Amino acid sequence: MNAALEVTGLAVSTAAGSPVLADVSFAVAPGEVLALVGESGSGKTTAGLAALGHFRRGLAVTGGQITVGGADVLPLDVADRRRLRGSTVAYIPQDPALSLNPALRIGLQIAEVLETHGYPGSVEDRVGSVLAEVGLPSDPAYRRRYPHQLSGGQQQRVGIAMAFACRPAVVVLDEPTTGLDVVTQSLVLKTVRSLTAEHGVAALYITHDLAVVAEIADRVAVMYHGSIVECGPAPTVLRTPSHAYTRRLLDAVPDPDATSVPPPPEAAVLSTRGVSVSYGRHVVLRGVDVSVARGECLMLLGESGSGKTTLSQCIAGLTDSYTGTISLAGTGLAPSTRQRSDEQRRRIQYVFQSPFSSLNPRKTVAQSIEVPLTRLTSMSRSERRARVDEVLDRVRLGRELADRLPDQLSGGERQRAAIARALVTTPDVLVCDEVTSALDVSVQATIVELLGELRRELGMAMLFVTHNIALAGEVADRIAVLQGGAIVEEGPVREVLDAPSHAYTRELLAATPRL
Amino acid sequence: MTAVELPGSVTESAPPARSGGLFRTAWTFPQAKIGTALALVVVLIALLGPWLGPVLTGHTTTDFAGKPFKHDGVFGTDGLGRDVLTRFLAGGTTLLLYAVLATALGIVVGALLGMVAGYGGGRLDSLLMRGNDVLLSFPQLVIALLAIAVIGPEGWLLVLVIGLTHAPRTARVARQATVAVAGHDYIRAAEMYAVPRSRILLREILPNITGPLMVELGLRLTYSIGYIASLSFLGLGIQPPAADWGLMINENRIALVVQPWGVLLPVLAIAALAVGTNLVADALAAAAAGRKREARA
Repeated sequence: MNAALEVTGLAVSTAAGSPVLADVSFAVAPGEVLALVGESGSGKTTAGLAALGHFRRGLAVTGGQITVGGADVLPLDVADRRRLRGSTVAYIPQDPALSLNPALRIGLQIAEVLETHGYPGSVEDRVGSVLAEVGLPSDPAYRRRYPHQLSGGQQQRVGIAMAFACRPAVVVLDEPTTGLDVVTQSLVLKTVRSLTAEHGVAALYITHDLAVVAEIADRVAVMYHGSIVECGPAPTVLRTPSHAYTRRLLDAVPDPDATSVPPPPEAAVLSTRGVSVSYGRHVVLRGVDVSVARGECLMLLGESGSGKTTLSQCIAGLTDSYTGTISLAGTGLAPSTRQRSDEQRRRIQYVFQSPFSSLNPRKTVAQSIEVPLTRLTSMSRSERRARVDEVLDRVRLGRELADRLPDQLSGGERQRAAIARALVTTPDVLVCDEVTSALDVSVQATIVELLGELRRELGMAMLFVTHNIALAGEVADRIAVLQGGAIVEEGPVREVLDAPSHAYTRELLAATPRL
Repeated sequence: MTAVELPGSVTESAPPARSGGLFRTAWTFPQAKIGTALALVVVLIALLGPWLGPVLTGHTTTDFAGKPFKHDGVFGTDGLGRDVLTRFLAGGTTLLLYAVLATALGIVVGALLGMVAGYGGGRLDSLLMRGNDVLLSFPQLVIALLAIAVIGPEGWLLVLVIGLTHAPRTARVARQATVAVAGHDYIRAAEMYAVPRSRILLREILPNITGPLMVELGLRLTYSIGYIASLSFLGLGIQPPAADWGLMINENRIALVVQPWGVLLPVLAIAALAVGTNLVADALAAAAAGRKREARA
């Protein structure tokens, strides 16, 4: 087989000797997309970067061979490897905002790649043609823009243009759509798909999202603990996985077609009426009405900038500059949390987006969880400690982790601790703000499942704020779709998913990758 | 969908604990060891000297041996015939005490101002920080000279004026660190539970800015030593006939050629102390920066 990229028996270990990759072999043919799938820490990025002859500091190759476009990479020295990068093999990083130089115009940045590698033809023409290839305007005015004048999706396409500028034989894409919303993601995926097919480029697509794999990949290699556990054509691996780990990964992918049984209707425990927020002339929310009943889960769906986080912060009393009313069990709430009573504060709890930011790094898990108890109840020290242990059990986080610092926990464990802090005072309403977006898909699955169980056990109302419509069927009873600060569609999950009435909802559903 | 629970799953296993605290990381740098050794020698001399002096030499600091500029004893006598070694051993205590007190005052006041400004934000922040900028525009020594010229060379005034002129400098560092910490959601969480603002400052923010504050502490200590020695040298600090290193340099500089020890001993001690504390501050800064890099990775 005349593969453009071939890796055979690659073994990499840290300087200390612990193995990172063991006997990794894969090959990508021209025009083919191979998806390298695995969780954080599985070694997929290390394997991907190896295709560029690059290894992060502290890693050493202990065996194997890497061939790119017929050239053996490993025996090459630093200068030769650099010549290879950009011309024969190109890299598209995860976050385009970080990889583009904010001080240079985008046309110049693309031209720079071509000049560095001594592009034979006219650099100007090639910059124009490659911009057109990735579906961006190629006029001089657009080329004179700075990265901050582009949206996230456009930035990522500029990154793709830079990678494809020299017509490389191989491209390595490192989770290029992670930070993008679904509509932009589907656009970027289409761009990558058509570019690789048209120009016969071999693509190595690194991701943890199996639904994206189903959209783009011809073949899939599943990585686990530094080795490839399963490799084959995408439909085969996704339909009939042979390895247990692949099956578990597949189970973790949220299924938009799942159905949850809605609870019998009850009186709303939390409702907002005409909530509006504006900063100067910028209107964030325009008269939003939502309500959640006891034991019910309302999904608040919207993309970044739709005002969904602002609304949830208004409910939690973290933003006090809104007009309109928010009432808890029929009683109006003061705008700021500091003006609300302890009882009101106890009944509404909030889980933050990133568990890496929501726990004080200098406090142990138990100390963080204890804060609401100290503030909002009159429990004694020993009662509080007992309650902390109880709630740690409830979120399936061992009691032995109580005295650990957040640094010593994984992302999923941290988010469980954050949920434990919100649950420790047995709230009536739990507001979850994008609680899974900072986590791997498989960890996301455990957190979503945990929240569902807790909601049933404790009978609380839940407001689940997200941009991920694929989770709707798994968690929610009702959906409210927020766009530009207003609710454009609201209804029971099945009705909205099966027969979306608003164009925006239909667009979101169409863009969502499926297995 | 079901949970992924794998035997020995990679995602749920804890990453290795952070290796030690700030001080332990700093200790791995050679400059921390050299700095500590230098400073420790001088501190020991300063603390034990007043008791050791009379025992070693048989003189007190104001005893007149009556042998001007002679090389009798180890380091001879000064212009008034007082034993140099005795005066050197006794001359560091006050300097060290004042420097430590002034530094502590500066750090506490500065950190409080900086944290209040950084966390409070808005108009309070602007008010405090612009006021700070005005104070920063005067050199520390000029303010100190002015205050001492008006009120007189009192010990408490020395500590007060050096400490308070440190405060605006520390406040800037503390504010910067506070702004970075205040953006985290754990501060939002504390606000949500209506934790009093003072408690948020002391329990949530302070523990997270100790790194930059420790660096600042080392740096301000170095400056305090320098300023107090300078003021004594100028005759505005510790007053004769008390034994003091800064004062000794001034008293003995006329006889530098004939009897250099009267100047050399205090100069070496002050230099060793200042360089020592500065090296420790450097190591702490490097350790704090390294930890920040780690946190970002």
